[in-house]
Amino acid sequence: MAITRIPSTTHEPLLWEYADSKESTDVVEIDDRYGLYIDGEFRSPRSRSHFTTVNPATEEPLATVAEAGKADVDDAVAAARAAYEDVWGPMSPPERAKYIFRIARMIQERSRELAVLETLDGGKPIKESRDVDLPLVAGHFFYYAGWADKLEYAFPGIRPRPLGVAGQVIPWNFPMLMLAWKVAPALAAGNTVVLKPAETTPLTALAFARLTEEAGLPPGVLNVVTGAGETGSLVVAHDDVDKVAFTGSTAVGKLIQRQLAGTTKKLTLELGGKGAHLIFEDAPLDQAVEGVINGIFFNQGHVCCAGSRLLVEESVHDRFVDKLKRRLSTLRVGDPMDKNTDVGAINSKEQLDRISDLVESGRSEGAEMFQPDCELPQRGFFFRPTLFTGVSQSHRIAQEEIFGPVLSILSFRTPEEAVEKANNTPYGLSAGVWTSKGSRILWMADRLRAGVVWANTFNKFDPASPFGGYKESGFGREGGRHGLLAYMDWSEG
Amino acid sequence: MTLAPARQSILPDRVTTPTLRTFLRGVPSVDEVGAAERVAALSTRSIKKESKRAALDLMIRMMDLTTLEGKDTPGKVIQMSAKAHRPDPTDPSIPSVAAVCVYPNMVPYAVQATEGTGVLVASVATYFPSGLSDTRLKIEETKKVVADGADEVDMVIDRGAFLAGEYFKVFDEIRRTREACGDAHLKVILETGELETLDNVRRASMLAMAAGADFIKTSTGKVSPAATLPVTLVMLEAIRDFHDATGVQVGMKPAGGIRTSKEAMRYLVVLNETLGVDWMTPEWFRFGASSLLNDVLMQIRWLETGRYSSPDYFTKD
Amino acid sequence: MSRVGVKKTYKLYIGGQFPRSESGRSYPALGSDGDVLARVSRGSRKDLREAVRSSRSAVDGWSGRTGYNRGQVLYRIAETLEDRAGTFVDQLMATGSTKKQAGDEVAASVDRMVWYAGWADKFAQIYGNLNPVAGPFFNISAPEPTGVVGVVAPEEPGLLGLVSRLAPVLVPGNTAVVLASQAMPMPAITFTEVLETSDLPGGVVNVLTGHKDELIPWLADHMDVNAVDAGGATPEQAFRIQEGAVHNVKRVVLPEANGPAQSPYRIAAFTETKTVWHPKGM
Repeated sequence: MAITRIPSTTHEPLLWEYADSKESTDVVEIDDRYGLYIDGEFRSPRSRSHFTTVNPATEEPLATVAEAGKADVDDAVAAARAAYEDVWGPMSPPERAKYIFRIARMIQERSRELAVLETLDGGKPIKESRDVDLPLVAGHFFYYAGWADKLEYAFPGIRPRPLGVAGQVIPWNFPMLMLAWKVAPALAAGNTVVLKPAETTPLTALAFARLTEEAGLPPGVLNVVTGAGETGSLVVAHDDVDKVAFTGSTAVGKLIQRQLAGTTKKLTLELGGKGAHLIFEDAPLDQAVEGVINGIFFNQGHVCCAGSRLLVEESVHDRFVDKLKRRLSTLRVGDPMDKNTDVGAINSKEQLDRISDLVESGRSEGAEMFQPDCELPQRGFFFRPTLFTGVSQSHRIAQEEIFGPVLSILSFRTPEEAVEKANNTPYGLSAGVWTSKGSRILWMADRLRAGVVWANTFNKFDPASPFGGYKESGFGREGGRHGLLAYMDWSEG
Repeated sequence: MTLAPARQSILPDRVTTPTLRTFLRGVPSVDEVGAAERVAALSTRSIKKESKRAALDLMIRMMDLTTLEGKDTPGKVIQMSAKAHRPDPTDPSIPSVAAVCVYPNMVPYAVQATEGTGVLVASVATYFPSGLSDTRLKIEETKKVVADGADEVDMVIDRGAFLAGEYFKVFDEIRRTREACGDAHLKVILETGELETLDNVRRASMLAMAAGADFIKTSTGKVSPAATLPVTLVMLEAIRDFHDATGVQVGMKPAGGIRTSKEAMRYLVVLNETLGVDWMTPEWFRFGASSLLNDVLMQIRWLETGRYSSPDYFTKD
Repeated sequence: MSRVGVKKTYKLYIGGQFPRSESGRSYPALGSDGDVLARVSRGSRKDLREAVRSSRSAVDGWSGRTGYNRGQVLYRIAETLEDRAGTFVDQLMATGSTKKQAGDEVAASVDRMVWYAGWADKFAQIYGNLNPVAGPFFNISAPEPTGVVGVVAPEEPGLLGLVSRLAPVLVPGNTAVVLASQAMPMPAITFTEVLETSDLPGGVVNVLTGHKDELIPWLADHMDVNAVDAGGATPEQAFRIQEGAVHNVKRVVLPEANGPAQSPYRIAAFTETKTVWHPKGM
């Protein structure tokens, strides 16, 4: 907590503390136990298997959740297939649109509740789930609802037809938002869905399923099968799934790509990244500092497109790093339910260990570490925002995705060198460029091999804006007109 | 041609319009969208109740209670000075404000009315609010208000000269006004509403500080928009850069348009997170306000009684 | 004793308010059996002048909103319209529709509003684009709203006709001055009540009831109107509009132009395309 002393004329030291401004959890009700959501109802898993989901900020269990086995996944796919053939597929597009608009409206109505649930289950600050995640979630459903009955305009010459049943596997870093990125375009294009949320963050997907029920979405159009890697694998491999969409690590993405080889299933992958954040001398420096901070500490750095490699023009390196260090000291790490918290909990013990391991490698490989002096909560999984200076391209912390609040700082001398270093990675998801010079922004954007280039800003998302990677960061785009492509059959004109 | 003032200089040895232009070009540009986002993020900070009372007290102690109207009279100034000294007659624990701020002709009345109270007298000068007069006359006006007893002088920069690129003229007027102030403190009003862009605000801030300003101030209050959070953020960042480069501490005053304590609290949060504890005193930060005072008193009353208050219970002077 | 009803007064809709005509005139709105259903305001050239002023001052605000926001407002209009279906059904039945026809017309109007609402945040994606010019330049074309659009609403259908011509005008950020159906003015005014309660800023849509032949020349000749949708004009009226358009080169959309009632090209008709260049260099 940033404690500031205010001297008064009577010389009494006055403390100015930010409030423990806790968002109330009264707004959300969490069941003790959840079943799988198949064919419009919650049911016990045929696998008879369950697991617990915990609050990473307190390590307390939140609920017991079903683990879907083979028979359960078969049921879910069968329900999705029947709904596709008999109800959703034949339905007129304007009617589909109206269902999706209803869902969007209901998400808006229940935003606060869903944001609280997202924070409790996942660990991200309530300020972010409330102000960033949920508005974008509603926005995605609104945006794609509007496309559902206009598909013939989306791509000239393509007669729009759905693919059928989409199997979708999503990660734990933006549970509801990743759900929206997948489910909204799939439904808008006329497909039905079997969704597998991440093992550590199943609750908002289950709440969403209930919400669609209230919206009157016909049974079987959306099915949610909770579970871990094994469940995801069953969904992806199922013969009767026409389209697979996966967001997660590159390692698992490759496994899926192999699994699907030899099949006719359509695939899109949104994988890891090691985003380069480039700062030129003529950048608007104080806003660049904010952009860098946001780029790596937003959502505790659990962001595939995080600006985790900072490349600063050498002539302004020291000045910029000083400003960064000073800014780090005002970040508040702590209880995600506190509205004043900037950096919340790391999603799991596993992830915390992985971050610690890579940070240790940074130190042993010779980079210089800086962390602000903040107190961490006693319980829960927390990590201090960290920066490393004196990093070289060959260090592990410059190559491997840490997926945590750790920034690796390198320098460059010229734009050519900046581009070369930025592109020198198997990944290619995002890049940031800060400079006052317009032509340089466009010149860099042309040359950066990244699916998203943010200039003089960072981590900006919009339902209308396509997002996705080059190279090992995956293929396919989500958001915008392009986000529909993956869910449409365009084999015949 | 004159040299920069006697402190660690960030200016070239020969100060001319071209050299000042080069100096100003080196000041970092400001991204307007990014600055607005930072301000919006800071506006969601929530202060602990216990600290709120201390913050409200601080707001009062940081206030320059102001009357700058053509119809000001000695009577008005005397009554306002009484309020400045004792804002709430029913509650002696409420502190006095930092200063009263008046037009040059009213200075003698303000000086007399605040005698022995610890409340300072600030006077506008340099043909406030437009500043469009002969430099010589502006300096003379400054000398007069100081001789009449003003502790602080709030001057305006020549915005026309700044926008026309006559940087030496702007710089020199500030430098000479600072000299004419003697022991009195100089606040330099940039009139950010007329400078319009945040780039201009940043540059004008640096220019004013390099020329010797003790405080940089946003507005005269006669032009809209007056003080805003993004403008304030940019000025505070400029103060930080100046301090890093020279070791010199400069104060800041947002003025005009801050009417509620909720709004004033946001300014204090921005101040706290940009410059930190060393600036969180009336010595280095002031609010230029008039109606803000009663709103702060109402908030204090609410904290004490747990009941929402009414304007009827606070004096209008 | 049967209850004495409280009869509604039908006024103009200008600047988010409901004033009577400054001329003090009114005319009868007739039912299909010749009965007087109500008296409605008979708008004058001065009312039209005020309406155009109001539309002009609303352009910056409405066009300055994000497409997402405009889409939300248009969707809300659909919600409110559906909620008030009953009133519209009664009015349409009074002017000759059967209950089923009236119900269908209201449903179609709601659906049409929803269809157009969905374009607000995506129209630019099909109508604007990057241009691959032959040089080191970034070059982009984007649609922008044309400004103040005059809409001559079809005489019938009383509700669907108005909604179909108005929605595409609003999508990209234009504001509108509407000359309502002369024979069936009541649904138009009730529709303005829907607009007013749906978060639409005042002045974005202004509606005048009255005699079209009296008002059309003033609209056609007005130098601060950027375009006119002549969808509800007779051939003579359309010709008069085209003549008036000459004075300030108004864009004119003729009655049978632009294909089906639901088409993004109806939106395009009320946009200007702006192309921006910027060099690409180190």
